[in-house]
Amino acid sequence: MNILISQLFTGLSIGSILLLTALGLAFSFGLMKVINMAHGEFIMVGAYTTYFFQKFLAEPLRGVGAEREGLVFVLSIVAAFFITGALGLLLEATIIRRLYGRPADTLLATWGIGLILQQLARSYDPRNVPVTSPFWLDGRYVLTPGVGFPYSRLFIIVLALICVVGVYIYLYRTSNGRRMRAVMQNREMASALGVATRRVDALTFALGAGLAGVAGSALTLIGQIGPQLGTGYIVDAFMVVVLGGVGSLPGTILAAILIGTLNPIFEMWISSTGADSAASLGKVLVFVVIIAFLQFRPNGLLSLRSRS
Amino acid sequence: MITQIRQLNIRWHTLFVVLAAIILLLVLPSISSDFQISLLGRFLTYAIAGLGLDLLWGYTGMLSLGQGLFFGLGAYCFAMYLNLETAGVRLPEFMGLYGVTELPALWQPFHSPVIAIAIAIIFPMVIAGVIGFMIFRSRVQGVYFSIITQALTAIVALLLVGQQRLINGTNGITEMRTVFSAPIRAHDTTIGLYIATVLVMGVVYLGCRALVRSRFGRLLVAVRDDENRLRFIGYNPVVIKTLVFMLSAGIAGLAGVLFVPQVGIISPKQLDIVASIEIVIWVAVGGRGTLIGPIVGALLVNTGKSTISTAYPDLWQLIMGGLFVGVVLLFPKGLVGSLQSFVTRFIPQSVSPQPPSSDDSLKEIKSVH
Repeated sequence: MNILISQLFTGLSIGSILLLTALGLAFSFGLMKVINMAHGEFIMVGAYTTYFFQKFLAEPLRGVGAEREGLVFVLSIVAAFFITGALGLLLEATIIRRLYGRPADTLLATWGIGLILQQLARSYDPRNVPVTSPFWLDGRYVLTPGVGFPYSRLFIIVLALICVVGVYIYLYRTSNGRRMRAVMQNREMASALGVATRRVDALTFALGAGLAGVAGSALTLIGQIGPQLGTGYIVDAFMVVVLGGVGSLPGTILAAILIGTLNPIFEMWISSTGADSAASLGKVLVFVVIIAFLQFRPNGLLSLRSRS
Repeated sequence: MITQIRQLNIRWHTLFVVLAAIILLLVLPSISSDFQISLLGRFLTYAIAGLGLDLLWGYTGMLSLGQGLFFGLGAYCFAMYLNLETAGVRLPEFMGLYGVTELPALWQPFHSPVIAIAIAIIFPMVIAGVIGFMIFRSRVQGVYFSIITQALTAIVALLLVGQQRLINGTNGITEMRTVFSAPIRAHDTTIGLYIATVLVMGVVYLGCRALVRSRFGRLLVAVRDDENRLRFIGYNPVVIKTLVFMLSAGIAGLAGVLFVPQVGIISPKQLDIVASIEIVIWVAVGGRGTLIGPIVGALLVNTGKSTISTAYPDLWQLIMGGLFVGVVLLFPKGLVGSLQSFVTRFIPQSVSPQPPSSDDSLKEIKSVH
């Protein structure tokens, strides 16, 4: 039982990473039908932002006091959002904008962009590099003896919560968000009513990229980072989009939590039967469940109703 | 008039096929080294897989990111046969490392080459049939299909990595010294495998050509261009799509069978997502919706890859990335497709009776908005 709770907790933190990643995918897909395969590399760029911040800023700021290291880390998360967002904006303006309406082609082009970004990271340093987490994230919150939640993973969950609240406010409480929802529901009508749809597209893409950057920053807490950091998450993030329903915030949240937590549950269940390679079999089972689920609800858990 | 054009076209095409056959079967084997021949043979197996994808993507409009998986599964099946042939009465070597003392039941059928090849083709078809039917039945369309096939690929690759006792996990199957009792690295074997590959490619190419010109081929294009209208007319797109997905999976499996003896190794690395995407880029570069395209694309891209990546290993990934972006932005129809529209514009007489090459941008724009 104790193990189950810890595993669920770990699953929840992975689900949080998936959620941050999938939000951007879901928006750019729901809004522009862009399949962004470079999204994993946005994660990587976010992670490297944190790495470089620590490498170049931690030392000069050390004189102010050791606890500042945490400040550098928090700063780097904000920076990761803006730097990755700017990268997204750049790619949207130069390449992706030309491919609207050709989903398969966006898939190819963004895969190419991903390869280039990976290679750039690799030519800087092909090895994985560590990032030191701030000292206040060491240790764990002890629930009962035997069940403890590492602070670093709690932090990731809180970070995802903050981002989701931010996205919610953006979507439902700002005029930009209202325009975005309008374009998602009916592009032509929104355009006819004076919404600058191209601008909305660009902003949305940048926002999605920025969130992936935050996910990357958060990943530095879990382990070392490397040029291929993003590739491990991109497929799962896409499955979150498929399961959650395109362009639906609640659906994406639900799907991310489900996929994040189902994985360890299935893993435990399989390893209790004594089979080899429980981890990979667990993933297979999650996949089967998703495919089976799509038989009943092809549009995902909660899909956006649109008139287009 | 139209019949005349068609006859002219068929005559040109026959000439082209005969010329290609002479070059591939007679000229190249006599002037190339064994190394070059086996390299070319490998590229041609890629071309076969590309043909399968083209049926699916170029003609039916469904981009599968699982062709590398089917290719790899076919390769695994035949590798298991080769492994057993090499091991003879003993167990395959790697099994000793994990303390396996008895040949697992899964391996038993692979003593026979015929059954191994049959499984290599049928097994991918069954997977494609089951997954495809479920996806298409729930009317999951377009890029969702790509995403789901990609997830399938990622998961099976992961699954194979975990199966160490059964198929040697990450290391893959490498122990193969003979094929049909001939030493696998001998000159005659290399030439024989190469010629077999050329012949199979010829058969697959002509078969695909006959298929896309048939009534079924028109249905494929109809699925691509307006699936709903096809449904209203009374056809069942689910059946058509499932069939063509199975066919392309079987072709990929067959290509894998020819691939493995020419390379001598198959590991989970060779059927991960990257492998599937590479097949897509060959078809995209060559020209989807033309059957010459995938062959040209597979040969060009892989020649480039092996030349550049031996000289500058780091450079290749940058070039490949640039190639993806460049082709999509500048030549969305691929080399052969662009050439075709160029020729059509200036010499209208040689219009080929092929279905319109994938000019689906218009339709897709409509479906976005």
